[in-house]
Amino acid sequence: MRCLRPAAASAVAARAAPAWRAARAAAAVGVLLTAAVLLAPSAATQAQAQAQAPARATPALDAYGQLRDPALQARFERITGQLRCLVCQNESIADSNVELAADLRRQVREMLLAGQSDQAIFKFMTDRYGEFVRFNPPLEAKTLLIWGAPFIMMVLGAAIVYRVVRQRSRLPLDDELPGSM
Amino acid sequence: MWKFLLPITAFLGLAVLFAFGLNPNRDIHEIPSPLIGKPAPLFSLSDVRDPARIVSNAALKGQVYVLNVWGTWCGACREEQDALLAIARQGVVPIIGLDYMDQRDKAQQWLTQLGDPYTAVAFDADGRTAINWGVYGAPETFLVDGQGRVIYKFISAMTPDVWEREFLPRIASARRGGA
Repeated sequence: MRCLRPAAASAVAARAAPAWRAARAAAAVGVLLTAAVLLAPSAATQAQAQAQAPARATPALDAYGQLRDPALQARFERITGQLRCLVCQNESIADSNVELAADLRRQVREMLLAGQSDQAIFKFMTDRYGEFVRFNPPLEAKTLLIWGAPFIMMVLGAAIVYRVVRQRSRLPLDDELPGSM
Repeated sequence: MWKFLLPITAFLGLAVLFAFGLNPNRDIHEIPSPLIGKPAPLFSLSDVRDPARIVSNAALKGQVYVLNVWGTWCGACREEQDALLAIARQGVVPIIGLDYMDQRDKAQQWLTQLGDPYTAVAFDADGRTAINWGVYGAPETFLVDGQGRVIYKFISAMTPDVWEREFLPRIASARRGGA
């Protein structure tokens, strides 16, 4: 059994969560609701305050947590879109809501702001998590089969089609078969 | 000839593919660590139990040690706690804990309640050290040799069986090789 990170508890973790956890969650929701009713005025002002002061506006980031420099933001989106989230393996870290993905996005953002190249960022990730994190692996000896497979399949398919067509073309036509009429 | 060869080749190809891909014992979430054979990433963090104390793995150079990644939010870490305590009692190697994305008071409470198998417990509040180690969940347990190289990584809860089968032989050979 494995555990995901705390706030990642959404859909993926629910799979493995025992019943008591669900019960506890329900209880927690109940408590929260009660607390919300009791503390409604203060909670409302707090929520308002939070809405007015966006979470992570910094010199480098705007109110939506995007990099202010559009070129950097474009690179950020491209890079995070090409890195696999290790927790939900078919999602990129750009798409994933898991906390590890958020940590890795933070890492990419910081490296971009530190002026690092795309290659340096990909290398950072593959040094730690392996080639598997790359949705778009570089063409090298190890990955030759991945990149070559489509072409091998295509040649194989073409050969099969060629053979079948040639064999069929050698067959007599239907109306020439004896007793076909 | 082709008529027989082609389906048989296709069948064998698929059989090999499925034997690997559909093997129920294979954990698709288990990704081989690129860190194996590489120097262990260095960290210097405060101890969960005593914030004034610094836990640094640079100081452990020359020693074989285990790094166990855990967190109080992780149920499987609770499961492996007994195994870790038993391993700690053997006293074969120091067990360094890496408390990953956690709250200090909760972690302290956990160690008081469930027992503390760790020689030192580094507190990785923002998960940066864990990223350096390629951690993507918990529990994960690393084995580092006397030269400070990662020699093994085990993903999921530690058991006495895994300890005996995977760790002890590697520790023995690391000590022989490192002597």
